This record gives sequence, structure tokens and C-alpha cells, in this order.
Amino acid sequence: MVDSKEWEELLARHRDQPAALIQVLHRAQEMHGYLPREVLKEISAALNVPLSKVYGVVSFYSFFTTSPKGRHQISLCKGTACYVRGTNQLLDQLERELGLKPGETTADGEFSLSVVRCLGACGLGPVMMIDDDVYARVVPERLAQILDNYRLAGRQAKGA
Amino acid sequence: MSSVNLTIDGKPVQAEADATILETARRAGIKIPTLCYLEELNVIGACRLCLVRVEGARALQPACVARVAEGMVVRTNTPDVLQARRLNLELILSNHPRECLTCPRNNNCELQQLAADFGLEEIRFEGEITPYPVDDSSPALVRDPRKCVLCRRCVAVCEQVQGVSAISVQERGFNTIVAPAFLDPLGSVACVNCGQCALVCPTAAIHEKDQTAAVWAALADPQKHVVVQTAPAVRVSIGEMFGLKPGEVVTGKLVAALRHLGFDRVFDTDFSADLTIMEEGSELLSRLKEGGRLPLITSCSPGWIKFIEHFYPALLSNLSTCKSPQQMFGALAKTYYAQKAGIDPADIFVVSIMPCTAKKFEAGRPEMNSSGYQDVDVVLTTRELGKMLKQAGVDFDSLSEEEYDDPLGISTGAGVIFGATGGVMEAALRTAYELVTGETLEPVDFTAVRGMAGVKEAAVNLNGTELKLAVAHGLGNARKVLDAVSSGEKTFHFIEIMCCPGGCIGGGGQPIPTNTEIRAKRIAGIYRADREMPRRKSHENPAVQALYKEFLEQPLGYKSHELLHTHYEPRGQF
Ligand code: SF4
Ligand code: SF4
Ligand code: SF4
Repeated sequence: MVDSKEWEELLARHRDQPAALIQVLHRAQEMHGYLPREVLKEISAALNVPLSKVYGVVSFYSFFTTSPKGRHQISLCKGTACYVRGTNQLLDQLERELGLKPGETTADGEFSLSVVRCLGACGLGPVMMIDDDVYARVVPERLAQILDNYRLAGRQAKGA
Repeated sequence: MSSVNLTIDGKPVQAEADATILETARRAGIKIPTLCYLEELNVIGACRLCLVRVEGARALQPACVARVAEGMVVRTNTPDVLQARRLNLELILSNHPRECLTCPRNNNCELQQLAADFGLEEIRFEGEITPYPVDDSSPALVRDPRKCVLCRRCVAVCEQVQGVSAISVQERGFNTIVAPAFLDPLGSVACVNCGQCALVCPTAAIHEKDQTAAVWAALADPQKHVVVQTAPAVRVSIGEMFGLKPGEVVTGKLVAALRHLGFDRVFDTDFSADLTIMEEGSELLSRLKEGGRLPLITSCSPGWIKFIEHFYPALLSNLSTCKSPQQMFGALAKTYYAQKAGIDPADIFVVSIMPCTAKKFEAGRPEMNSSGYQDVDVVLTTRELGKMLKQAGVDFDSLSEEEYDDPLGISTGAGVIFGATGGVMEAALRTAYELVTGETLEPVDFTAVRGMAGVKEAAVNLNGTELKLAVAHGLGNARKVLDAVSSGEKTFHFIEIMCCPGGCIGGGGQPIPTNTEIRAKRIAGIYRADREMPRRKSHENPAVQALYKEFLEQPLGYKSHELLHTHYEPRGQF
């Protein structure tokens, strides 16, 4: 959880310092895990940078994210090789299965999805990663089962 | 600053050493096209329509940012230059919805004009159109991101002139969009509805919310008694919509045109501006006498009101409680006038013609119904009225002049100067001076508060009391004054603040273009109109005197409080 004292100190240290914006955003994302609306408002007020500018910076750099990360991070490769071998079908299937678009997190906080440029495993396309596990030559039909494993793992961990 | 010599298209010219090629060419009467450029505010070299050839340079140079140099040889119209510019324009247009025939900016669009000037015959690239939907959440303005060319002129004005920054550049690449934070709807953020963004937008990507249909419907409804009020600033600008010179005073033609459209009564906001002076002047004197909260700050400008509600809530009790002239008019039209004319207020439909987009928001504020009805039904900008007149086929310039109707059309020169920065202050002084000293003021002009300086300070002696005054226009300038007051660095008794640069004549609903030069001409028109009025002090307005005698009884009286005064709410900075 966020150490609120550390957070207050960070803001206080950079009060009225618009030039510190990127640095503070980095630190804020480290502390909160992501950059929710309320956090950006606090940064805007403290550093004296209009909120529209703060969001402009956040939405420009793909490093920053405004939605919380799911317990499991799904990354789909959209490099050329994977793309021609069916990344889009996988994306469609994921949307059907989880109601999830790239950059989003499921309502139950289980999964978030991102699309990446090239994972460097072009011979194995289409490639999907979940957390640190790599799945090669994924076909849409296999998705449901793969995802279930993670849901199960989550439940077991909780139950234990 | 030392100067340099160069040639542009073979013509020898001299320029300051740090001047840009664009400025230098313009001064020499050589036209270089631009799209993203906005003098002093937005000089970013992004659209690349101002490319020129500089001899010895490898690539073509954007003239808006490239500086002159000694001995420089510039060519602005060689075939390669023209071809490069044309290519860039084609690229800009490749993802632009080309709906000129049905577009709000048809015939008044810089992008359309550039395509015409460049003689484009085809657009060789067909790009995907930006995926963002129209945002009509604001009561005053509509954003249509499909038509945005990402020139950032609106962003520059909102930030640098208004100090608001409601909108900025969001996302990246093909998804880039000019929008509020989180791509929130404009109507939900701390935007003050000033419309300065719409004034500088070269296209229809931000424009006023068109409400002409509601007015046409009311005019066609036999049950409705439709009255109209015209703000001071409209009489010096509406002519521009019909090719007349900026600042030309066309009051009589404006009245004739409105009657021609079918309004049952043509009244004047100048009347309620005079009334505002009676109320606000009395408020100032009473705060001075009774040790009330000072400085008193004017409250006529609804963009300014929303600004202080968002950003300086601690100063809300410094605001005059007076409604703006538009809202005073509305409240009286459905009470005093309704009684006098024997018309059921439910059947009275009040239309305002305003230089202002924020007035649309103001009319819809929930507290603005002291007559028991929404006091002002519809607000049209100067531009919307111009459109209605064109639709009706009015040949504006050939109209013969007509007079406003009695009683809400009777006014003085003090009412008309509300349209220019410093005008409310000057009008208040004309009346306060005579009320306090009992002497006749000669001459009536307080020139110290006139003119385009962003912040003006003055002092005046009222029977031994030295009154310290400040006038600011443009909300960035307002911030300077408010910060100085908040920190205790400065003390004033009375402050006038207008949201828009130049005052209402530079409002966000005025004809496009509106720039510094045109603002100055409209201001000159306002003072001309003032000089031509037989009466120039609000307390000498016979219709206002009659109003107090027959109805209100006295300034700040019971009825005034009920109908003419209001209150404010803090809104939070986001
Ligand atoms: S914004 Fe200009 S160019 Fe675009 S459709 Fe409208 S008139 Fe045409
Ligand atoms: S209306 Fe005024 S405050 Fe709102 S976005 Fe436009 S310039 Fe900014
Ligand atoms: S909305 Fe208009 S002014 Fe703003 S960036 Fe787009 S085209 Fe330019």
C-alpha cells in the first residue's frame, strides 16, 4: 500500500515546481502502481501544472498508465510475424472472453492486456506472454483453457 | 538591436536582427501562407505551409520560426516552394472530413481558404479520419475533433491569454487530440466558456453552440411575444459579417434588421447596463461607507464569474452581487415589462444577442429565474445573428436606421461603453462622482482606464476619499491583479474584470477574425457611439428613473435584491 507520509513529502518537496513533473509522475507510478485520476489531480495542484497538461504528458508516454494493473499481465505480440499468423484473432477472442481491450484491466482485477511490438520469438508466432510464461503458436480455441489456469492459480493461492 | 539587410523575392528589405522571415515578409507586403501560426502566442513551425527557400540552405525553411540574417536571399514563390506547401496541405486534408457545404465555418474557414488559394484540384492521399466523436456537452461550445488540424492555437490562447488550460494536447501519433484531461467532456471541466479558443480556431473544430433554430421557432409561434436585447459590443461588430469595416457603428441598422426578422420588441442591453451602474455604484458607495468587503469587483462577465468560482473562491465575497446586464434585462422583461405591456410572462420569449459564448452558460444557470421563468430564453452570438440575417436575405448595409423600442431600449453613453475594457469602471465613476459630490462632472471621460494595456491602475478623488482602481481584461491579466490583492501587495477599492481581451468587443462570439487590430477599431467605435449619445451618465437615463419610480423604488431595495442581485458558488479547480 502507499505510504501516505512518503507521498505527502514527495508532493511537498516539489510544490510549485512544474519542471519536476515527469520525475514526480515516475515516482507516483512506482508508489501507487498506476496513475489514477485523484493522484494526477494532487500532482497538478501541488506542482502548479494544469491538469490538462499533466494528462497530456501521461497519455503521451506509453510508460505511464492510468488503470491499475491486473494480477496477471497478458502481453500479445503484434510484431509482423505474429501479426500475419493471427494476433488479431487472438485479440478478438480475448475481447469476447474477458471484455478486454489493450491497455485495460478486467473488472475483477484478474487480467490486464497490452500489445507489444516484438518479443523476439518470431518463429513461434503468434506469441502470448502471461506474466513470465511464454505461449507459442496460440490459437483462439486454446485461450479459455490457458486463462483458466491463472484464475485457478489465483483461487488456490487465496485459499491456501 | 542591430538591423540586417536581406532580399525577399528580389526585393531589398531591412529587418531587426532577431526578426523572423515571416514577420519581415509581411511587413514588406509579401504574403506567406500560415495555418498554425498565431502572432506572439503560437509560433511552432508545425504546419509547414509557410515554407520558403533560403539560398544556401539545404532544406526549405518554415518562415514563421526561421530568423533573418545579413545578406540572406529568400524566395517565397518558386515552383519547388509552392509544390512543397501544396503537398503539406494535401497531407493535412487527407484525414479531414471535407464537409464544407454543411460546415459551420463554410466561407469563413482558414483551411478552406488555403485550399482555394493554393488552387488544390485533388487530394491524392486518402487517410483514415480521426476516430473521436463530437463533444457537445458544453452549453456554449461544440468540439469536433475530426476537423482539428492540431495547430494548437486554441491551447495557446486558453493557457497564455486566459490562464485556464482547460484543453491541451492529449495522446500521441494518430490518436493525438486536443481535449481536456482524461478526454473528459468540455462541459464537465473547469472551462469558462469564453470561446477565445473558437475565435482563433482556423476551422470548425471548436465553434459556438448554434441555437438559431430555437429563435426561428419562437419567431414563428404566434403565441409568443418575442423580445430581443442587443449587447453594447454587437453594434460595432455585426457589420463585419456583411463586409463593413471593423468598428463601424451600425446601431440603427442592427435595430432595423432585428425588426425585419420579426422580433416584437427590439430592446437594448445598454438600458440594463445603465441600471447595473445604479445598483453597483450604490453597492460600492455603501461598502465604502459601511466598511463592507473591498475591493468590490465587477460581475458583468460570465466567463470571469466562472473563472473566480473555480480558481479564486476566497474572493467570491468581493464580487458585486449585481447580475450582469443581460440577466437584469431578462428578469425585468418578464416582470416590469410584462406588467406594463399587459402580457403574460409565460408568453414572453427573451432573446439576447451577445458578443459572448459564456452568456449561453449564464442564461442557463439555475438561479437565473427570478421572474418565475428562465429569465433569458436563448442567447445568440453576434456570429449566429449574422447567420440568421443571411438566411433571411437581409441586405444589411442598405437598411435604413431605426430606433430601439420604449422603455427597455432607452440608454446612455455610459451603457454603451460597457462593451470596451474599462467601460464599466468609467460608467460607474461618471455616476458615483455626481452622486457623492453633488457636482456636475465635466468632462465625463476617464481616459486613464481606457485602452488595451492588460492591467490599468488609476486613482480618483471622491470628495476627499482617494479611490484606488484597477482594470484587467483577459483572465491571465485578471490573475495578476487577484494575486497581488490576495498577497496584500496591492490594495484597491474597485476592480473591473472582463474575461476577454479588449472587453466584450473581443468576446468569443464576435465575428472571425477578431485580432488585436480589429479589437482596437471596435473600441474606437464604442467611444464614438458614446460621444454621439445625448445623455452619457447612467443616472440621467429617463427610462431607468421611471423604472425606479414605478417599480423598483430604490437601488439596493427589496425588489432589486429579488430581481437584480445574485450569489456565487465555489466550483473547485478541476
Ligand atoms: S472546417 Fe473548413 S475545411 Fe473543414 S469542412 Fe469545415 S469549412 Fe471545410
Ligand atoms: S472556452 Fe475559454 S476556457 Fe474554455 S477551452 Fe476555450 S479558451 Fe479555454
Ligand atoms: S481545435 Fe482548432 S485551434 Fe485547436 S488545435 Fe484543433 S484546429 Fe487548431
